[in-house]
Amino acid sequence: MVEYGDIRVVYRGGSKINFRKPVISNDSRFLLCASGESVKVFSSVTEECVHELRGHTGQVTGVLLRPSNHLQVYSCSTDGTVRLWDFTDGILVRTYVVGYPVYSIYASLNHKEVVFIVTPVCVFVFAELFQLVAVNLPQTPDQLVEARDLSAVLSDVSSNPSTIAFGRGGEYLASVNNLKMEIYFFKKNKSYSFSLREYTKNGGKNTFTCIACHPKDDCVATGHDDGKIRLWRNFKQKKEYTYSTLHWHHSAVSSLCFTPEGTNLLSGGVESVLVQWRYNQENQKDFLPRLGAAITHVTVSPDGALFSTSHSDNKITIIQSCVKVSAVIQGLVKGENVTTGLLVDPRSKALVLNGRPGHLQFYSLQRDKLLFHLDIVQQEYIHEAGLEQFEVVRAAFDASGLWLATVEERKQKSAELELNLKLWSFDEQTQSFVLNTTVSAPHEARITAMCFSQAADSQTTTLVSASRDGHFKAWQLGLPAHTDGTQEWPSWSCDFVGAYHGLVPRCCCFSADGSLLAVGFQEVVTVWNPTSWELLTTLSQPPGDVRNLCFGQLSCSKYLLGSNNKKMVCCWNLLTCSLEWSTSMDVSLLLVDSRSENMAAFCCQDGSTDLFVFKPSEPRPLFSQKAVCSGRVIHAVFTPREVMLESSEESSQWLNRSQLYFLTEFMDLLTFSTKAEEEKLMASSKQLVIDDTVAMTPFYLLLGKHRHEHLGNEESAERTPLPQSSVAIKELLQTPAHVLPATSFLCSMFAKSLLISVTETSFMNSLSVLSAVAVKL
Amino acid sequence: MASFKPTQIPDLPKLGEKITEDTLYWKNYKAPVQIKEFGAVSNIDFSPVSPHNFAVTAFTRIHIYGPFSQEPVKTFTRFKDTAYCGRFRSDGQLLVAGCEDSVVRLYDVGGKAALRMYKGHTKAVHVADFTTGRYQILTASDDYTCRLWDIPNAVELTAYQEHTDYVRCGVTSKLNRDLFITGSYDHTLRVFDSRTEKSVMTMDHGQPVESLLLYPSEGLLVSAGGRYVKVWDLLKGGQPLVSLKNHHKTVTCLALNSSGQRLLSASLDRHVKVYNTTNYKVVHNFDYAAAILSLGLAPDDESIVVGMTNSILSIKHRKNLEEPKETSKPRRRPSYRVFMKGKNFVPKQDDYFVSKPARQHLAKYDKQLKRFNVSKALDTALEAWLRRKKPEVTVAVIKELDRRGTLKNALAGRDEEQLSRLLCFVIGNFFDTRFTPVLATTAEIVLDIYQCVIGQSAVIDRHLIHLQKLLEKEIYYQKDLMEILGMLDTMFAFSLLRKESVDQIMFKSKMIKYEPKQPFIVKLTTN
Repeated sequence: MVEYGDIRVVYRGGSKINFRKPVISNDSRFLLCASGESVKVFSSVTEECVHELRGHTGQVTGVLLRPSNHLQVYSCSTDGTVRLWDFTDGILVRTYVVGYPVYSIYASLNHKEVVFIVTPVCVFVFAELFQLVAVNLPQTPDQLVEARDLSAVLSDVSSNPSTIAFGRGGEYLASVNNLKMEIYFFKKNKSYSFSLREYTKNGGKNTFTCIACHPKDDCVATGHDDGKIRLWRNFKQKKEYTYSTLHWHHSAVSSLCFTPEGTNLLSGGVESVLVQWRYNQENQKDFLPRLGAAITHVTVSPDGALFSTSHSDNKITIIQSCVKVSAVIQGLVKGENVTTGLLVDPRSKALVLNGRPGHLQFYSLQRDKLLFHLDIVQQEYIHEAGLEQFEVVRAAFDASGLWLATVEERKQKSAELELNLKLWSFDEQTQSFVLNTTVSAPHEARITAMCFSQAADSQTTTLVSASRDGHFKAWQLGLPAHTDGTQEWPSWSCDFVGAYHGLVPRCCCFSADGSLLAVGFQEVVTVWNPTSWELLTTLSQPPGDVRNLCFGQLSCSKYLLGSNNKKMVCCWNLLTCSLEWSTSMDVSLLLVDSRSENMAAFCCQDGSTDLFVFKPSEPRPLFSQKAVCSGRVIHAVFTPREVMLESSEESSQWLNRSQLYFLTEFMDLLTFSTKAEEEKLMASSKQLVIDDTVAMTPFYLLLGKHRHEHLGNEESAERTPLPQSSVAIKELLQTPAHVLPATSFLCSMFAKSLLISVTETSFMNSLSVLSAVAVKL
Repeated sequence: MASFKPTQIPDLPKLGEKITEDTLYWKNYKAPVQIKEFGAVSNIDFSPVSPHNFAVTAFTRIHIYGPFSQEPVKTFTRFKDTAYCGRFRSDGQLLVAGCEDSVVRLYDVGGKAALRMYKGHTKAVHVADFTTGRYQILTASDDYTCRLWDIPNAVELTAYQEHTDYVRCGVTSKLNRDLFITGSYDHTLRVFDSRTEKSVMTMDHGQPVESLLLYPSEGLLVSAGGRYVKVWDLLKGGQPLVSLKNHHKTVTCLALNSSGQRLLSASLDRHVKVYNTTNYKVVHNFDYAAAILSLGLAPDDESIVVGMTNSILSIKHRKNLEEPKETSKPRRRPSYRVFMKGKNFVPKQDDYFVSKPARQHLAKYDKQLKRFNVSKALDTALEAWLRRKKPEVTVAVIKELDRRGTLKNALAGRDEEQLSRLLCFVIGNFFDTRFTPVLATTAEIVLDIYQCVIGQSAVIDRHLIHLQKLLEKEIYYQKDLMEILGMLDTMFAFSLLRKESVDQIMFKSKMIKYEPKQPFIVKLTTN
């Protein structure tokens, strides 16, 4: 790995927040969820991310409130550790090393200082066999604790955390796996198992999907693949158990949850409808429909006031007592396929890509927050598996950000392809895009590429779309109809249809000033004049279909670069219409930075991707890095920086004006960051925590203000050093509150430590310190 | 919780001509009243005074019609031969007419016999008109002359012999009593001043001149001859301003509407065209049954009168705008009280405000779609007024059902009446290109579902056979169109031979080989 030292690949946001069930804190103020390698703490009111609990080195697989202390939370991860956090302050309290990858975590009030985790049966064999293990957490004041006291409870469990639940305050434990349900009673130390046949008479699948236990009653609710919910009772005997069936969902029930008092049962599934069943009056049910996407998890806050549902589109919805959606926490939506690629909105500098089905999402990179979704398809989404839906497949912005073009398509098995080209104009008043023109069936086959003329100052905007039907079409904005008041907005219409020998155009590109259009027809690159639509010249290259085309920028604007699928990159000089240079490189992505002459090429080799940054006019690359990430890079984009960096080093100069973001095969959004940038970030974060001797409390705010005034009045007054150097105070402030001895015990020691000076100022200081201690305790 | 997104009704472009203010204005006429005359109607002239009777010159008679009567109010029959150009004087009291026998006759509108006869021309007189001075008559004849006559004495005042062919049209100036203009078959227009011996201005139209018209301001002159209508600027010494060629046969007649904003021209090609006088674009077009010889517009455009070669006089009266309003009573709306209920309530300071979400208004079919009632949604979309007035809504609902994958369910299980209604809709809108893809899938699914019951109901069978015939017809039609397209492409390809290289022509000729798609004819025949 060639390291340039000061440039490294950084993981930039957008991780899944719907991976595991979120947890709502006891006071309903916070919502905690596992997100990649950290736990995020969101405010349930403002939707803001309050803390990010970092520390795990593997994916976090479970979050759980500590039953004995509701301000602390356990998290488990595949790195084989269970960590205990204080989530209000965002402090890591303790790390328990288990030694095996942990897939989920459970605890109950009955079992003090014991957590139950799901681990693979055998670490060496890569088999899908998991077991439930009780872990005794040793009570030591150390930060890092080895927790090796494991005892197996149940074998053959599922790794899905929603298949195991504690019943009735921890008296028993129920687990489902495939067609078997097992209930383990702790007192009797005995387990009963119940199994179902695979298919019912009507052909529904009986496989268990999730389980929930009633908090007050001996009742277990299970969800099934065919959408049924079974309520099991009287399961203390092996033979005389009974169950009743509830059926509303048409596909698999993905999550079940009882409210804390046990009066209601909540269920969710693919339909994206939250169903609330009354316990014991199951024919009465309430619905909360159209929550946006398939529900993956349902949780209830401990006081029962808030529900939260996680959705498959990386969203958590917070619902107030099954009536009103009060908050929506939305992560970067990553569908199976980002077909539009990565775009940058020239106005908001937001990253634009496919969002939830039929939408485009605008994602702020600076704040790692989803700004909004733009509804492209404008149709009711039918939540049904196997239904062909309209998908946004292409999108393009013009240089000023005034126009957005989108292509949506729906492919049916038998029927023709349905295509719509939509053009959106930016409305200054509403600050959003408004549909201007819809062209139904703009082409006869799939659209392969689409681009706007890049010239920012030109009067007419041109859009070019290339399609598999062998044509490319140029669309232009018509003149405003001034005759009548009926049509205020001008609409787009087709200006030119071009073709070349019946070959299929795969890519198209406008030059920076909009005076040339290059269209790659399989092996041939054609250059057109966009004003007269004249074919100016054709550039051929060694065999292989052209995959990417881009014009050079600024001083290199005379060059046209193209890459083909036969591992060649070619650079033509447009002044002489001849090949300037070519090199053998399997380039999967070729992109140009609009702010500089630089170009970036991603090459795919042996399962990893290399990056080369170069200028078309220079033979040597400016920067190259092997194995940027594992897997292929699917999409990449240069985003302009708001503040230019002042880097003098040659290797990092290309990052001065813009940043390079890229999306890998595994849907990770990565970027490059320089050392200088990181130092700056570190400095700013340090500044925030610099004055940390005193906790930020309301009391401090009052007193601190008073103290500052006081200091302002008596500037000449001698300031004695704060007693922070005192060992006693240091100990007092740095040890976590819960391990401190009783206040009465501390008091005398503390008072003694204050006896160093008797001046007024130090008294004030000590008072403030006291206040901090008081709040902490 | 997102709200339900209603079905998108595509805003389809209107087919056919665009509706403008002009089309609305000129379409606002009743069905024409047709009156059979004795011969070709050669001239129509409206009386300048109320009640604006009009004189219709046809064969040997001049009929005077009232504004609303279908029977002539008055008839002048004492002509020896074909009469021409019956025109009123500006006070509406006198009428002058030329005749094939070269005698010009002057009538009192109230009387019967001619008051005066003006003899002097040697051939048929096609033009006769009063000058603005009211005491002189202008006539022009096939003997190439035009003359001015004194009315009371029946004496010829002046004769101009400048034209070299038949003089067939002429107008007198309304502002200057000495000025008049004549147009002749020698292709010229001449402006005469009775105070001088010779014509003061000559313009060459290029075709035999059939009709002349002066603008109210008299700065512009319009002449019609051959297929051309030309506009001349008299103040610039007869400079040609515009030449319009919108007819494909000789233009016979010209008229201005009451506001002077629109120019009308009638032609032997059976059309009357309306031009905008600012840009001289055709804004409207009337079709008639036969070649038009004469055209008249009542003051305020109250009626359009057209005379044709098949001796039919067609009168179109303007529709009265107030009439339809009286017939339909306005629907009674809920009272003011209902709307204002609770609206003016001012909350007190401590009141807790419970916001009520705005209720989303949904169309009937959307309400059914929201509840996943697919058959009912289709039923509501197929309601009579919706499928007749707004077929795009019905098609959009069918498309939505197709998108949801439930179109088959919605179409299945229908009885004879419902099915025939559906088939009627499909047949009626099948060949609207905007709807064809959707309705084609619908027809296929209907055939799939109901193929086992074909033959049980005569009504359904008739519809299906009708559909099959229509499809066959359409396919032949499309084939023909493709052939024509192919021919055109070859022609274009050869016309571009010099410009383009050979290979591009090869490409263009490849495009000719179109194959029309025939997905369903196969299916229908198998059934």
